Amino acid sequence: MSITSYNGSALIAMVGKNCFAIASDRRLGVNFQTIACDFQRIFKIHDKLYIGLSGLATDVQTMHQRLQFRHKLYQLREERNMRPETFASLVSAILYEKRFGPYFCEPIIAGLNDDGTPFICTTDLIGAKQLAKDFVVSGTASESLYGACESMYKPDLGPDELFEVISQALLASVDRDCISGWGGIVHVVTPDQVITKTLKGRMD
Amino acid sequence: MTKSNVMEVPPKGGFTFDLCRRNTMLQQQGAKLPKFRKTGTTIVGLIFKDGVILGADTRATEGEIVCDKNCEKIHYLAPNISCCGAGTAADTENVTDMVSSQLVLHRYATGRESRVVTALTMLKSHLFRYQGQVSAALVLGGVDVTGPHLHAVYPHGSTDTLPFATMGSGSLAAMSVFESRYKENLTKEEGMEIVSAAICAGIFNDLGSGSNVDLCIITKARKEYLRNYQQPNPRSYSRSKGYDFKIGHTAVLSTKITQLRQHVQVLEGDAMEEE
Repeated sequence: MSITSYNGSALIAMVGKNCFAIASDRRLGVNFQTIACDFQRIFKIHDKLYIGLSGLATDVQTMHQRLQFRHKLYQLREERNMRPETFASLVSAILYEKRFGPYFCEPIIAGLNDDGTPFICTTDLIGAKQLAKDFVVSGTASESLYGACESMYKPDLGPDELFEVISQALLASVDRDCISGWGGIVHVVTPDQVITKTLKGRMD
Repeated sequence: MTKSNVMEVPPKGGFTFDLCRRNTMLQQQGAKLPKFRKTGTTIVGLIFKDGVILGADTRATEGEIVCDKNCEKIHYLAPNISCCGAGTAADTENVTDMVSSQLVLHRYATGRESRVVTALTMLKSHLFRYQGQVSAALVLGGVDVTGPHLHAVYPHGSTDTLPFATMGSGSLAAMSVFESRYKENLTKEEGMEIVSAAICAGIFNDLGSGSNVDLCIITKARKEYLRNYQQPNPRSYSRSKGYDFKIGHTAVLSTKITQLRQHVQVLEGDAMEEE
């Protein structure tokens, strides 16, 4: 049993035309028993920056609290929101600090720059950043997620088409993974609005 | 149990070990530690007539899965020094960033261009201090006032000074190319050709290396970073039509739209009078 498959998770972020989408499953389990079907894995840092955290649920929540704390400190000092690249470096530094006793979570960071261009990035559990121009995945279903995204992704999609693609990729992948799934939640963020939709998926 | 100061003013840097006890407990209960992202890798360097050429592949793996098909393994250290990294990706990135920052401060303190041996000593002392736990294997190359230099740095802190060097899981494949084709006083074109052939040998024969070839040519005058110099592995399996999902195809339980910008609508108004 691996530590990251104790709770189960699946996360994707995809880039569209001046927008991005970030999606996760909703299951929280303890090994093979499901405890909740509404677990929050995607957290808003500010209006145009979201972070999704996969892995051990307790570390997901702790990381979110630490990052929110650091971002609020930054807002007080700088009187502005953090840019996505800066936030990604912050996440990477916080994780690398724990290099020899790490948090068991793998974050996905997705944000819009000031000029409207989307930014996505993921790191491994000790903070090795991986920038991508198309999609990033994380979680226990990551192998299926890679496959589904590779075949379904197309560049320069609008918000509506991007929602369809990311939802289909997520649902297809979690259906092949026992410990993630039980619904899904997708946030599609454009410079003007955020569209949040919950998905109907298989509840097994 | 000492009170953890994790929530106070952000710490000044360096490693913290407060989660180690919890993680050891989890491992004793049978849980396996997740895999770090490694750069399986073929990295090489060679000295030619006017300077140094560094080369690297671009595959990053997480266990057996390729997590990044086009990552950057040639890191910047100074305007005249670069470093290729193999091993745990977080370690190579952080150790090269840290030495790069230390070199900037050193340049300010000395008022001179950085020397390759300075970077070498900083890297090896950091790696030795952590006794190989920081798993970074590096090929360091650059040109300074004393000429071109190429070094191989191992995770435990030992170094080699060589005219040509290879590191990583593909190092044997690359070294075979170097050993058969290297000679003294190569021209830039010959050097680039040999380095790309060595990286390609790693890409095609080693499972931990793949995708494209990155080159970095450093001479006294300048540093040229040729990202994706060769792309010998184009994607061949795309479905020509792609997948088209109809809008509204996915079953949705609930929708919430939050406006981020206030939309101001002018309903009534008088035109300004021209004076």
